[in-house]
Amino acid sequence: MTNTALTQDIMGPGHLACAGCGAAIAMRHAMEALGPKTNIVVPAGCWSTFIGVYPNSCLRVPVMSVAFATTAATASGLKAGLERMGRGEETVLAWAGDGGTFDIGIQALSGAAERNEDIIFVCYDNEAYMNTGIQRSSATPPGAWTTTTPESALKSQRKKNMVAIMAAHGVPYAATASIAYPEDFMAKMAKANSIRGTKFIHLFASCPTGWRHGSELSVEVAARAVKSRVFPLYEVMDGEEWRMSPMPAKEPVSEYLRMQGRFKAMGPEIEAEFQRGVDRSWKSLARKCAPSA
Amino acid sequence: MSTNKLLTGTETAAQAALLARVDVVPAYPITPQTVIVETLAEMIGSGELDAAYINVESEHSAMASCIGAAAAGARAFTATSSQGLALMHEVLHYAANGRMPIVMVNANRALAPPWNLYCDQSDSLAQRDTGWLQYYCADCQDVLDSILVAYKVAEEVSLPVMINLDAFYLTHTSEAVELPDQEAVDAFIPKQIKAVMDTEHPATYGNVCGPELYTSIRYNRHYDAVGALESWQRASQAYAQAFGRSCPPVQTYKTEDAETILVVAGSASGALRLAVDQMREQGHAAGMLRLAMLRPFPGEMIARAVGGAKRLVVVERGVSSGMGGIVGQELKAALFGRPGGLDIWSLFAGLGGKDIVPEEIAAEALAIAAGKPSGPEHGDHCIWTGLLP
Ligand SMILES: Cc1ncc(C[n+]2csc(CCOP(=O)(O)OP(=O)(O)O)c2C)c(N)n1
Ligand code: SF4
Repeated sequence: MTNTALTQDIMGPGHLACAGCGAAIAMRHAMEALGPKTNIVVPAGCWSTFIGVYPNSCLRVPVMSVAFATTAATASGLKAGLERMGRGEETVLAWAGDGGTFDIGIQALSGAAERNEDIIFVCYDNEAYMNTGIQRSSATPPGAWTTTTPESALKSQRKKNMVAIMAAHGVPYAATASIAYPEDFMAKMAKANSIRGTKFIHLFASCPTGWRHGSELSVEVAARAVKSRVFPLYEVMDGEEWRMSPMPAKEPVSEYLRMQGRFKAMGPEIEAEFQRGVDRSWKSLARKCAPSA
Repeated sequence: MSTNKLLTGTETAAQAALLARVDVVPAYPITPQTVIVETLAEMIGSGELDAAYINVESEHSAMASCIGAAAAGARAFTATSSQGLALMHEVLHYAANGRMPIVMVNANRALAPPWNLYCDQSDSLAQRDTGWLQYYCADCQDVLDSILVAYKVAEEVSLPVMINLDAFYLTHTSEAVELPDQEAVDAFIPKQIKAVMDTEHPATYGNVCGPELYTSIRYNRHYDAVGALESWQRASQAYAQAFGRSCPPVQTYKTEDAETILVVAGSASGALRLAVDQMREQGHAAGMLRLAMLRPFPGEMIARAVGGAKRLVVVERGVSSGMGGIVGQELKAALFGRPGGLDIWSLFAGLGGKDIVPEEIAAEALAIAAGKPSGPEHGDHCIWTGLLP
């Protein structure tokens, strides 16, 4: 991984996130790509609480902290309002957790995507409701412990394919990104910012607190998710053209799982099933990304 | 020059939004407000109204989009009813707590189950603690006038205003409405909304704060809402000067010497005037008070209007189960501690679209005055009329 020098000083010090929070790291990169003419909408979630205690904020752009289900709807109204007020060129960034995207926020997000609202929606995916204390979301992977999927009843259901859902709306741009690959993430954010219509970025953001790993391992865990193809990097243009991003060589999922306490109750059988699930998803993705004959 | 048009309440609401030059209209249909959002879509589609129309996927989103638009400094408008208003509940708090000057029309309709499309004010009365100012219209002209006054007040005190129309009575009744000319309206309500979202002066909206600041913010909101009554009256007087009509928070009919005062919010005030006349014909000193403003609650104005009356009979269109008539409870709270022993009765005569019939109201009010209320009475001063056997 190369070191990226950040030039935009939009995210300053003072956020209250846990040490090593992937979602906190991600915002710096997002702001580097988008610049100061950005208006941010965040729903309930870790970001709405760790941004700083009023009147302090770690961000030097305006931010609205909105009702959990309303991210995409508030962003739609904000964009319309900005256009009416002659500020249509400014960016509206909706920035929601996996709960605020996959679950309670999906109705408003689907509505905004159907109307092709000119917003960038980033889902920082830490695979659980972290702000309320690590509960299962529909983005939680099978085999993961959370406080509502205890060791006696680990999550068995697979994770929703959110990018495919967004691509099925035919949005002009959907992509995955990871905090371990900031150049790729920033390039995708910049690209999203150059396109009109609804842009969706599914960002893998490790959470040392909820995933039970050392805070110094956040980037490595996220990198291993990409290397093991648990979280492949790709883009979808207009819901049709699927394209793999440059990806490292494949490794098995075992090291990725072993690094995190949330998977410690996973026996070999569930791990094998997890690996099969990853391989299946990869195959299906590879098919979509293969250049058609 | 103003023009006269024959319009229903819903068409009038759309005309008012047009005259207010609203910027953003997030909309979701529900009977019986639908004509409002349809008319606005038509106006925006044809270019008559220069505004953004957002076909949102729910009322929850409609209000959220209004908040987003207002945060950019734009004038936002939407309309809803019943289930739609109930679905908005969470976001209504956001709009008021976030001090967004949004104006919304609500068609007062009963909540399900059982499904019932008709007039009932439980929907908006249940939202009275959300921080919204609430106005209840008497007729179509009042719909037009109060929406324009509402924008002036909303933008002056930075609080949202809900304009309530009785379902089917007011939403679907055609009346002659005088539409003021655009220039005069522009002069009356120049847009004055400060953008919360300002990239030149970045700040946060609604992020975490501690208990002291939270309490202070609530203190400000409460007293600004209290002060909004004065703003409303000022705006209403300015409107009267410009257009010759006002929207008083309290309207009275023959209350000066009244012993029994019938009270109602909404469009039934006309029926109650007839009931008052009938009671007077039978020798009883009756009067009528129309409560147009429920938030802020015009307690002082009501106390003055009530004068030395012996009793209030509130014709209720909303019930708080386990407590009683909602407007009656509000009046009891506002008039608590006054000397003279005023009796306050709730008369459930208008739930779920039940027609408020002057003869029935007059007969019941006279029976109450004679100490012999006819319907079942449960010791809580609640009288229910027209119950099935
Ligand atoms: C309507 C509503 N229901 C529940 C909550 C409580 N709540 C606040 S944050 C949160 C979880 C957020 O999870 P996610 O979106 O994944 O973001 P994260 O906390 O992981 O950053 C919940 C359930 C709420 N704020 N609003
Ligand atoms: S709980 Fe997780 S997502 Fe939330 S601040 Fe801590 S590390 Fe970040």
